[in-house]
Amino acid sequence: MEKIATRDAYGQALVELGRKYDDVLVLDADLSKSTKTIDFAKVFPERFINAGIAEQNMIGMAAGLAASGKKVFASSFAIFATGRAFEQIRNSLAYGKLNVTVAATHAGITVGEDGGSHQAVEDIALMRSVPNMKVIVPADAVAVKKAVTAVYESGGPCYLRLGRPQVPVIYDENYDFQIGKGSELKTGTDAVIIACGIMVEPSLQAAELLENQGLNVGVVDMYSLKPLDEALIVQAAKRSGAVLTVEEHSIIGGLGSAVCETLCSCYPVPVLRMGLPDVFGQSGKPAELLDFYGLNTEQIMTNIHKLLDLKG
Amino acid sequence: MSNTLKAETRELLYHKALIIRTELIKMLGLSGSGHSGGSLSAVDILASLYFYELNIDPQHPDKQDRDRFVLSKGHAAPALYATLAERGYFPKDLLAGLRKLGSPLQGHPDYLKLAGVDASTGSLGQGFSWAVGMALAAKIDKKAHRVYALLGDGELQEGMVWEAAMAAAHYKLDNLTAIVDNNNLQIDGPLRDVMSVEPILDKFNAFGWAAFVIADGHDFEQIVSALEQARRIKGQPVLLLARTIKGKGCSFMENKVEWHGAAPGPDETERALKELYAQQSAL
Repeated sequence: MEKIATRDAYGQALVELGRKYDDVLVLDADLSKSTKTIDFAKVFPERFINAGIAEQNMIGMAAGLAASGKKVFASSFAIFATGRAFEQIRNSLAYGKLNVTVAATHAGITVGEDGGSHQAVEDIALMRSVPNMKVIVPADAVAVKKAVTAVYESGGPCYLRLGRPQVPVIYDENYDFQIGKGSELKTGTDAVIIACGIMVEPSLQAAELLENQGLNVGVVDMYSLKPLDEALIVQAAKRSGAVLTVEEHSIIGGLGSAVCETLCSCYPVPVLRMGLPDVFGQSGKPAELLDFYGLNTEQIMTNIHKLLDLKG
Repeated sequence: MSNTLKAETRELLYHKALIIRTELIKMLGLSGSGHSGGSLSAVDILASLYFYELNIDPQHPDKQDRDRFVLSKGHAAPALYATLAERGYFPKDLLAGLRKLGSPLQGHPDYLKLAGVDASTGSLGQGFSWAVGMALAAKIDKKAHRVYALLGDGELQEGMVWEAAMAAAHYKLDNLTAIVDNNNLQIDGPLRDVMSVEPILDKFNAFGWAAFVIADGHDFEQIVSALEQARRIKGQPVLLLARTIKGKGCSFMENKVEWHGAAPGPDETERALKELYAQQSAL
């Protein structure tokens, strides 16, 4: 299976978007080589603004640029974009309902060796709680390209969560990406896995292996965390009666929380949440870290069995 | 100071400033909360901007080529609202809604709710960055309009102000004029006790700005001539450090830190209005 980092796909998607639309501006805070906004900067130097290592002002300038009619993509690592500049995102971008996409790379533990200080495990929770913000977590390179176009066209403030490592490409160009929707990749009657980002691929693998054990497990890619596809969540829960959420994020405030918030008031079923259990990450190779925190195919399968016991 | 202002312009600005002060005292009296001192210190700067300097059209508040003004010290919202109403952006009867449920006159300016407001501000430092972004957008689009930002002196304690100052100089934003309302008082006391920000001019100079003092930020001659000087500077942004008096125009509020975040009660409102009416009838 071909592997592409979602940040690489982001850089390329920006170039394509820049060719199509003159009003696209890209901002970065001295991390353009890592976030891949450098791809855009090389082709459109006059539409690329380096804010230096000053994320708060980057977001503030993005607000002023957007208020002047520009469609802005502002990038940094997820920890700095959503952490350091949280209040600027809240009070300038979101409160002002401005056309700025905070496209943050290096989200989650797969930052790897840089360690816990650089691994955002609470960014989805932060961004999801802010009024007016959309939150999109693409699963692969194809989804990123579609997401970049979709957030440009939909306007308004948006958080786009991207990753550092290369991840398998699971979609083809026919993939139907819509903000506010999720993709039901496989229907299941025994249980359903609702995943986002890089956890979609191991979820698909787990569902396939569970099929061999005689279990019919569905998989949903919930790439639009806000607005959330509540209808799809309820539909999948009704069909299967048990839900497992999987995300490369804290189990507090992310996808798992969002799914539980929906189900507890619409259609309560047993839910297990996989993610970081209220801990910071640490240094290590991305694959080692995913295994250490139990975010792999094997652990997804184990948790499905636990879930089925709960379901009774 | 050179005599650049025509007598009738000076009289107009003086008159407008009195009306703005009167309206903002009425508004604050009605709302029962809000920031009196820092609103009053900014009035003469706002009057000079909106009735002399800014290239704007209240009939077309969203016109693309208009000059922009960002009230980065968003807590002076009453002064901005009174100015905008007097300039004709919206009917004056809206002023009575200050800080009331459902009113477009939020406690701090919300550009989505009120015509004439160019940026949502209130969280200190952020408006300055908006202004830098707006000036950058004008440069990218090769537009001739200017961007103005009014900051508080206490606001300079925010770290992001210096990030924005660095960026404005780096991108040579000579279409940006920032004015500091230097009334020397913040909520907890005098700036020199809470957290010194001086020497402000040297700091901005060191950051690559052209920086000038307006020795009396209530003297229209000085304000206007500084604004004109700022327009002539090329290749760098301009900072105007306006020495002002907190609570200016209401004798019992002047230089009193207690009036930073307080609104006048009924008796105080009456007293303040009496003073302002006396000044108006003396005209």
